[in-house]
Amino acid sequence: MSMRTVNFTINGEAKSVQAESRQLLVHCIRETLGLTGTHVGCETSHCGACTIDLDGEPVKSCTMFAVQAEGKSLTTVEGLAVGGTLNPVQEGFWEEHGLQCGFCTPGMMITATALLRTVNEPTETEIREAISGNLCRCTGYVNIVKAIQYAQRKMHPTPAPEAVLQGGD
Amino acid sequence: MIPAAFEYVVAHSLEETVGLLAKHGSDAKILSGGMSLIPAMKLRLAQPAFIIDVNGVSGLEYIREEHGELRIGAMTREAALERSTLVKHGYPILFETARVIADPLVRNRATIGGNLAHADPANDHPATMLALGATIVAHGPNGDRLIPIDEFFPSFFASALEPDEILTEIRIPAPGVRNGGAYIKFERKVGDYAIAAVAVNLTLDAHDTCIAARIGLTNVTDVPARASSAEASLVGHRITDQAIADASRLAAHQSDPKSDLRGSAEYKRDLVRVLAGRAIGRAVSRARGGSH
Repeated sequence: MSMRTVNFTINGEAKSVQAESRQLLVHCIRETLGLTGTHVGCETSHCGACTIDLDGEPVKSCTMFAVQAEGKSLTTVEGLAVGGTLNPVQEGFWEEHGLQCGFCTPGMMITATALLRTVNEPTETEIREAISGNLCRCTGYVNIVKAIQYAQRKMHPTPAPEAVLQGGD
Repeated sequence: MIPAAFEYVVAHSLEETVGLLAKHGSDAKILSGGMSLIPAMKLRLAQPAFIIDVNGVSGLEYIREEHGELRIGAMTREAALERSTLVKHGYPILFETARVIADPLVRNRATIGGNLAHADPANDHPATMLALGATIVAHGPNGDRLIPIDEFFPSFFASALEPDEILTEIRIPAPGVRNGGAYIKFERKVGDYAIAAVAVNLTLDAHDTCIAARIGLTNVTDVPARASSAEASLVGHRITDQAIADASRLAAHQSDPKSDLRGSAEYKRDLVRVLAGRAIGRAVSRARGGSH
């Protein structure tokens, strides 16, 4: 068996793990590191339940080998909240009922967080395109899109329109 | 879904890569984006004894125009092609191709070189590169070798790369005056392979006569192929609705789809006709200077 030592940062913590060459990154994250928030769904690169952030980009961790993470910076769903405070995307999923069973949610939130980091004001179409590699089979996408829009408003608030609206009578 | 065991080697230079390929021959596979290779390994359709990871080889991710060509490094990710303003405005056919490959998460890893070297007739870049008349740069023990795209797909799931060569660059002729291209794909859902897709690249003269045309087909032939009879029917003729309809029928006739879960052969063949008509129409519009 070909074992290697792999060093990477995950959720801000430096880790050094032993991994067989053929071990998939998602299995290293879940089984070696015990971070089970990242899910294994289809195992065929379709569903996106295993999505993690790799050096700033969302990728499917079931379609990478753990050894490829050498020197990389990884973020999983466990790393989204800071100091016990939900990040805006997580808060959006909470407020807008963006989940039911929750299976796709970690991947959805990683993808959405990466989107909002690079695009300040995504349109609904851009949001839907961004999450097109993350499949939800129960909530439906309406509330997921609303959750991401909530996060967008929270991160980039526009000036309140009240002054205009209340100017009538 | 666990791949068979293999030896993992990280290459840091092209020379090191070629040396490893020469040593291990067909037992070795190059890992670039891994978006085709790793799924194939999980299904044990591929069981390479050695994996040579070239993600550590620098200088293979670039998109630039030089010497009258668009030159793309083989390790360029599909997401980078999608984001490139040079590609979007100068080569809309390539932009249209990159953005319909798999899904955005896959495109963050997938590379253009891997898409071509995998030589899958269901992949999207082969048809587009056939339409664009691209040249593939292969690097081996004796340096670079240029392979015309028309010679790059010799047989089913095979490329013209020698076992000790690695694909390093794709060269696309810069579009001339009144040149336009389009790629139109029909898929069941995001992330699926095309039921069928058609790539068209053509040039018109000042009187709207077609003076050059190349048409590539996706997932309706055993190897990535051109619809040569459709091309021939366009060249030398003014582009009319009738000419487009005739060429589309010829493209459908030249396709050879198989019935499967994505549809019957008859359905797919007619889809080629419809998509070819739309792609030719869009390419003509672009060649005339119309909107993208």
